[in-house]
Amino acid sequence: MREAEIRRLLAANLLCALSVVLAAVVPAFFLDGFSVLGTHLTWLCVCSVCVATLNIILHLVLKPNQSPKRRFFAHKISRFLKCCIYFFMSCILFHAIIVLYGAPLIESVTETFLFAVLLSTFTTLQCLCLLGPNIQAWIRVFSKNGAMSIWESSLQITSMCSLLGAWFGAFPIPLDWDRPWQVWPISCSLGATFGYMAGLIIAPLWIHWNRKQLTYKSR
Amino acid sequence: MRLRSGVFASSCLLVQALGVALFLRGFFPVPVRSVPRREARADSPAEPAPPGPGMVSNWTKIPPPLFKKVVIVLIDALRDDFVFGSKGKQFMPYTTQVVEKGTSYSFIAEAKPPTVTMPRIKALMTGSIPGFIDVVVNLNSPALLDDNLIWQAKTAGKRIIFYGDDTWVKLFPKHFVEYDGTTSFFVSDFTEVDDNVTRHLDTVLKREDWDLLILHYLGLDHIGHMTGPNSPLVGPKLREMDNILKKVHISLLSKEEASLPNLLVVCGDHGMSETGSHGGSSEGEVHTPLLFISSAFEKRSDPGYEHFKIAEKSHGNWIKLYLEGNNSEILLNLGKKILKQYLEALKTLSSSLSKQVAQYDMYSMMVGTVIIMEVLLLLLLSVPKALSKRAEFEVPLSPPLFSLVFYLMCLMLCAVHVIVCTSAESLCYFCSMSWLTAVGVMMLISALMCGILSAIAKILENYRLPVKNPIVSNSSWSEIDVLILAGTVGHVLSLGASSFIEEEHQTWYFLINTLCLVLCQELCRNNFLLKECDPQLGTSAKQNFDSIGEVSECKNIDIPAASNSKLGKATSSSEFIKGSDKWISLATPWIILICCRLLRSLNQTGVQWAHRPDFGHWLTSSEHKSELSFLAAVSLLMIFFLVQRRCSLVSKIAMALGLLGVYSYRAAIGNVIFPWQHGGKDISKGITEARFVYVFVLGIVFTGTKDLLKSQVISADSTTKSTGLWEVYSGLVLLAALLFRPHNLPVLVFCLLIQTMMTKYIWIPLKFDAAQITIMHYWFGQAFFYFQGNSNGIATVDISAGFVGLDSYVEIPAIFLTAFATYAGPFLWAIHLLCYLSSEVSRNSAAVGHGCFCYALMRSIPVAIYVVLVTGLRYHLFIWSVFSPKLLYEGVHVFITAAVCLFFTAMDQNHSYIKVQD
Repeated sequence: MREAEIRRLLAANLLCALSVVLAAVVPAFFLDGFSVLGTHLTWLCVCSVCVATLNIILHLVLKPNQSPKRRFFAHKISRFLKCCIYFFMSCILFHAIIVLYGAPLIESVTETFLFAVLLSTFTTLQCLCLLGPNIQAWIRVFSKNGAMSIWESSLQITSMCSLLGAWFGAFPIPLDWDRPWQVWPISCSLGATFGYMAGLIIAPLWIHWNRKQLTYKSR
Repeated sequence: MRLRSGVFASSCLLVQALGVALFLRGFFPVPVRSVPRREARADSPAEPAPPGPGMVSNWTKIPPPLFKKVVIVLIDALRDDFVFGSKGKQFMPYTTQVVEKGTSYSFIAEAKPPTVTMPRIKALMTGSIPGFIDVVVNLNSPALLDDNLIWQAKTAGKRIIFYGDDTWVKLFPKHFVEYDGTTSFFVSDFTEVDDNVTRHLDTVLKREDWDLLILHYLGLDHIGHMTGPNSPLVGPKLREMDNILKKVHISLLSKEEASLPNLLVVCGDHGMSETGSHGGSSEGEVHTPLLFISSAFEKRSDPGYEHFKIAEKSHGNWIKLYLEGNNSEILLNLGKKILKQYLEALKTLSSSLSKQVAQYDMYSMMVGTVIIMEVLLLLLLSVPKALSKRAEFEVPLSPPLFSLVFYLMCLMLCAVHVIVCTSAESLCYFCSMSWLTAVGVMMLISALMCGILSAIAKILENYRLPVKNPIVSNSSWSEIDVLILAGTVGHVLSLGASSFIEEEHQTWYFLINTLCLVLCQELCRNNFLLKECDPQLGTSAKQNFDSIGEVSECKNIDIPAASNSKLGKATSSSEFIKGSDKWISLATPWIILICCRLLRSLNQTGVQWAHRPDFGHWLTSSEHKSELSFLAAVSLLMIFFLVQRRCSLVSKIAMALGLLGVYSYRAAIGNVIFPWQHGGKDISKGITEARFVYVFVLGIVFTGTKDLLKSQVISADSTTKSTGLWEVYSGLVLLAALLFRPHNLPVLVFCLLIQTMMTKYIWIPLKFDAAQITIMHYWFGQAFFYFQGNSNGIATVDISAGFVGLDSYVEIPAIFLTAFATYAGPFLWAIHLLCYLSSEVSRNSAAVGHGCFCYALMRSIPVAIYVVLVTGLRYHLFIWSVFSPKLLYEGVHVFITAAVCLFFTAMDQNHSYIKVQD
C-alpha cells in the first residue's frame, strides 16, 4: 500500500516537473521569439497555467484525500468559489510581501504580480487542491509534524523548496554582472521554479528513505 | 582570575581595536615620498626629495617659456556639466562663447578618487595619484615636499600670488610672494569665501609684479554641500564665476604684447555627486572641466594632435588593406604577433602599475591580522562558557604549563621581528615603533595564543568526560537561530564581492525583512498553535524542515493569519477582549515591515540604484520646502511622544524645549520654514539655536548620569537605574535629531517606533534570550545605518553635521559630531539594547553580560574575516574605490563598538555592586 502510494506520488511529481520543462520548451514552436529570458512575462503566464491545470487534473484523477461524503452540487460550487478567492488573496499577499522586500511599487508592477501568481501556483494552489479552503487544515499541515499522509509531506517539501528557491533567487540581483537573467524578477522566478522542481524530485525520494520513521497519525 | 563575560568581551574588543588600528596603519601607508628627508631650510621653501636613480631628467637647459603670465582659476567642486552642459550655456555665457570660439582647449578631466580637496590639489600640482591616506589627513595638511609645479616655478624665479583656500598656504607655506588664505571649513558660508578672493582681483590685475596667479574659489563647493547641485543657488554662483573669468580674461588680453601670450587655466579640483557631496568615484564627482584659454591657441596646433591624426590615418590604411581582401598569411601572422605583443605589454604594465600604486606595509598588516584573528578565536572558543547561566569564566593568567610556551613564542616572534626589520628595504611602521612597544605587542600575541591553547585544551578535556547534561545536546534549533546563524555567515561571506559591499544595504534590508517574517511565524505559532504542537517535538521528520524552511513556513502561516484577522470580528466577544492585544501583536511585524519599506524609499544608497529618485531628494528640493517643514514638525512631535513616556518631568520639559530648538535651528539655517514666515528670511548659521539644543542635550544626559550614579552609590531600586539609562538614551536621541538632516528625521521616528513595538509586543511576550535579542538589535542597527542614507562610500558621510553650532572648525568636536551622526543608527540601537537588557535583569541576571558578549562577537566576526579578505584582494581592481572605504567604516565601527561595550560593562559593574551590597 505504502510503496504503491509513493510510486503514485513519484509519477505525479514527475509529471509536474515535466510540465514545467515543457512550458519552457514547447511554446517556442508556436510563438515567435519566445524564450524564457526574452519574453519572461509570457513564460510566467504559460508556466503558471500549465502547472495549475496539471495540478487540478492530477487532483481530480488521483483523489489523494478521498472524501467519503457525497456532496451537493451547490456546496461544490461554493467550495470552488472559495478556492478562487483564496488563490487571489494569496496572490495579493505574495505581491505585498515581495513589495515589502523591496520590489518597486509602481513600475514593473505586472512582473511583480505575475511572479506572485507563480509563487501562489507553486504553493497555495497545491494546498487548495489537497486540503481545500480549510484554514485549520493548513495551519495543521504547516505546523510541526502536522502532515498526515505522504501527499501532505510532499506538499510541505515542495512549497518550502519553491519559496526558499525564490528567496535565494534574489541573491544575484545586486551583482554587477549585467546578465539578462539578473533583471527583476527573472532570477527570483527562476529560483522559485528550480526550487519547485527540486522539491518535486526530493519529496518522493525523501519519503522513500524515511518511510520507516514516518508514522502518520490518523485524524 | 574569574572574569564576567561582559568584562571579558570588552577587553577582547579593545585588543581587537588595537589590532585593527595596526592593520589600518599598515594598509594605508603614509606615502613614503612625503616623509621629509631633509630639514626644510628656514628662508626658502622646502625642497622636494631628489628624484631616484633612473629618473634623472634629460633636459640639459631650461626650455624657453611659452607664456608670459599664467592665471589658474580653480573653482572647487566645478562639475563638467556646469560648464559644458545646459547650466553652462545658461549661466556661463562668456565661458561658453570662449569655448565655442576656439581660442581655447577644453577637456573633461578625470579626477582620481578620493575626490577631496587636499589630495586633489596635491595631485594637480605634483601630477601624482593621491594616496588614500590623504583623505584622513585632509583636515590637517602638512607642507608638500614632493616635486611640484609651485616649487619648480619658485626655483625658476617666478613670482606667485595666491588667493583662496588656505589649504594651499599650508601645503606651500613659503612659496608665495603674496597670499590671502580663507578657511574652507565653514561650509554654510556661500559668499564671503569668494568675496575674500575677488576683492584683490582688481588691484592685482593692474600690477605687473607677478608671473603666476592662483585663485581658488570655494563658494560653489559650499553650496553643493549644503543644498546640492540642483539648488537655485548654483546658477547665480556660476554667473559670478563667469563674470570673474571674463574680467581676468579681458585684462590678460589687454596686457598681451607681441612677445609672449598669456594663459588662463580654469579647472575644478573635483565635481560633486547628485547629493552635493564628494569624495567617492561617481560620475559627477570624477568629471571636472579643464580649460586652457589663450590667444596662443589660435595660431598653432598641437604636434601631439597631429601625431595622433597620422597614427589614426595609418591605422585606417591597415584596416583598408585588410578589408580589400589581402588576407594572406603575412597579414595574419603580423596581426597575431601584434596582438601578442600588445597583451604582454599590457600585462607587464598593469602588474608594475598596481605594484607601484599599491605599496603595502605587509608586516604591520600581518601583525594586525594575527591579533584580530586571535581575539576572534578566543571569543568563539569561549561562547559556551560566556553564554552560560552565570556568565563567568576562569581566565588562566599564569598556568605553569604554558609559561614555557609563552616565553618560547615571545623569543621566536622577537627573532622574526629582528630578521624582518633588518632585511626590509621599504619603510615599515611596526619596525619604526620603539622596541618596548614592539616587545609589548609580541607578548600580547603570545599571551593570546596561550589563552587560545588553554581554551582548546579545556574543551578537549570536557569532551573526554562523560556528558553530564544531556539537555544541551537535545535542544533543537529554532527557526530564529537558524536564520541568525545563516544571516551572519551569509553576510560575512558576501563581503568578499565588491558588488555586495557596494550594495550592502540590500543584504541588511533582506535580512531584517526575513527576520520580521520569521518573528511573525513565531507569533502565529505562539498564538494559534500552542495547544496543537507541544507534544512530540522530536520525530526526525520535522527537524529537517525547520532547518530549511523557516521562511516558507512563516509565509504559509501568514495567509491564514491575514484572513483570520478579518474574521476576528466574528469571534466571540469574550475572546475578543482578551484578543485585542493579540491582534496588535500579530500585526506588529507587518507594521515594522511597512516602516522598513518606507524608510528604504527615503534614501536610495549604494551605487547601482543610487540615481533612482527617492523621497529624500523630493523633500530637499526647494519647491517642497513646506512639505519638508511639515514632515519635520510632525517627526519632532512623534519623537517627543515616543521618548517622553519613561522620562522624569524635568527631562520631559527639557526634551520638549530641545526639540523646539531643533526646529528653530533648522529654520534659522533655512532648511525649513515657520508657517508664519513667508518672505525669504536671511539665512544665518544658527549657532545660538544649536547651542541652545546642546545645553538641553547635556542637561538630559547629565540628569541620566546622576541617576545612574545614584543607583550605584545608594543601593536604590532598579527603576532609578532604568530611568537614568533611558534619560541618557533620550539625550542621545535629541542630539541625533539636531544633527540629522530634516528629511532624515522620520528615520529617527521609525527607529523609536520599531523599538517600542518590538519591546512591547514581540520580545517580552516571546521570551527570547539575551543573545537572540542582541543579534536582532545589531541587525536593525546595521539596517538603520543604511536607512539614514549612509553607504560604504566616503561620499555619503555628512560632514556638515560636524559644524552644527560651531563658529569655526574645531577638530575634536567636529570629528565626534560627524562620527555620531554617521553611526547614529547602530549607536542608538545599542543603547536601546542596554536599556532593554537592564530592565530584563529581574528575569535573567546575566542578561547584560550576555548582550555585551554577543555584541562584541557580532562585531568582531565580520571585521576579522574582512581583514583577511582585504589582504587577499589587495591587488584587486576595486581595492581603493570599494574595499578600502569599507575597511575604514569597519575600523571606525570597531572603535565605536568598543566604546559601547565599555559602557555596557560599566552598567553591569553597577549591578554586581548592588548585589554585593544587598
